[in-house]
Amino acid sequence: MVPLSAYVALSATLFATGLIGVLIRRNFIIVLMAVEIMLNAANINLVAFSHYLESMTGQIVALFVIAIAGGEAAVGLAIIIVVFRGKISTNVDEINLLKW
Amino acid sequence: MVLAFFAYCSLVSIVAGFLTVALKNPVHCGIALLTLLLHVAGLFVLLNAEFLAMVQIIVYAGAILVLYLFVLMLLNLKTDERYLHSRFALILFAAVAICGELLLLIVGSPFGGLKGDAPTEVVLKDGASYAIGIKMFSDYLLQFEIIGVFLTGAIVGAIVLAKTPTSADIDNREG
Repeated sequence: MVPLSAYVALSATLFATGLIGVLIRRNFIIVLMAVEIMLNAANINLVAFSHYLESMTGQIVALFVIAIAGGEAAVGLAIIIVVFRGKISTNVDEINLLKW
Repeated sequence: MVLAFFAYCSLVSIVAGFLTVALKNPVHCGIALLTLLLHVAGLFVLLNAEFLAMVQIIVYAGAILVLYLFVLMLLNLKTDERYLHSRFALILFAAVAICGELLLLIVGSPFGGLKGDAPTEVVLKDGASYAIGIKMFSDYLLQFEIIGVFLTGAIVGAIVLAKTPTSADIDNREG
C-alpha cells in the first residue's frame, strides 16, 4: 500500500518543476507546457486525496481541471500565433509591450 | 507489485518533467511532456480512477499535446543559443530551497480527515465512470454547465484571435 504522503510528495516535486520551468524558460510555448505540468501535479493531488478519503469529488474537480487546461492551451496558443505574426519572437522577455 | 508500479510511474514522471523544463529543442520538450502525461495516467489507474486515466490519455496526450506540437511545427522556431532566463541560477536556487522545505513538511505531516461516501468497494462494484457520472450530473450539474459555457467562450476567443486578418481589417487598423 503506497502511503498518501508519497503521492503528495510526488505532486509537490512536479509542481516545483513546473514552477521552475515557468520562471527560467524564455520560450513562451515551453512556459505553457510548464503550466501544464503544474496542472497535472494538482490533478495527482486531487485524485490521491479522492482515493484515500473515499470521495468522488476530487475526481470530478480533476475532470474540470482537465477541461480548463484545454481552454487555456487553445487561448494561449492563439495568443502566441498573433504575437508571432507581428514579427516578434516567442521569447517572453521580448514581449513587454501591451500596445505598439 | 503496486509499490513497484508506483515507483516506476513516479520516477519516470519526475524525470520527464525535469526534461520538459531542461531540454533545448521545443519538440523534444513536447515529447517529454507526452511521457509525463502517460505516466500520470498510470498513477490514476493505480488510484482506481480508470475513467480519469482514459480522459487524461485522450484529452491531454491526444488533443492538447497535439495542439502544442502543431503550433510548434507551424511557427518553425529556431532555438536561441540562450534559451534560459539570464538570472536562472538564482531562481533555481530559490525554487529548489522552497521545494525541499515543502517536501520535509509533507513527509513529516499526518494526513487524514472525514471519509466520504464512496469507499473503494462501492466504486469498484459499478466502475469509476458510473460513480463519476452519477455524482457529476446530480451534485455538480451547475459546475458542469459552467464548464460548457467556458469552453465555448475559449474556442470562440481562440478562433477570433488566431484568424487571418482580411484586407478590410488591415484598412481599418491603418485608417
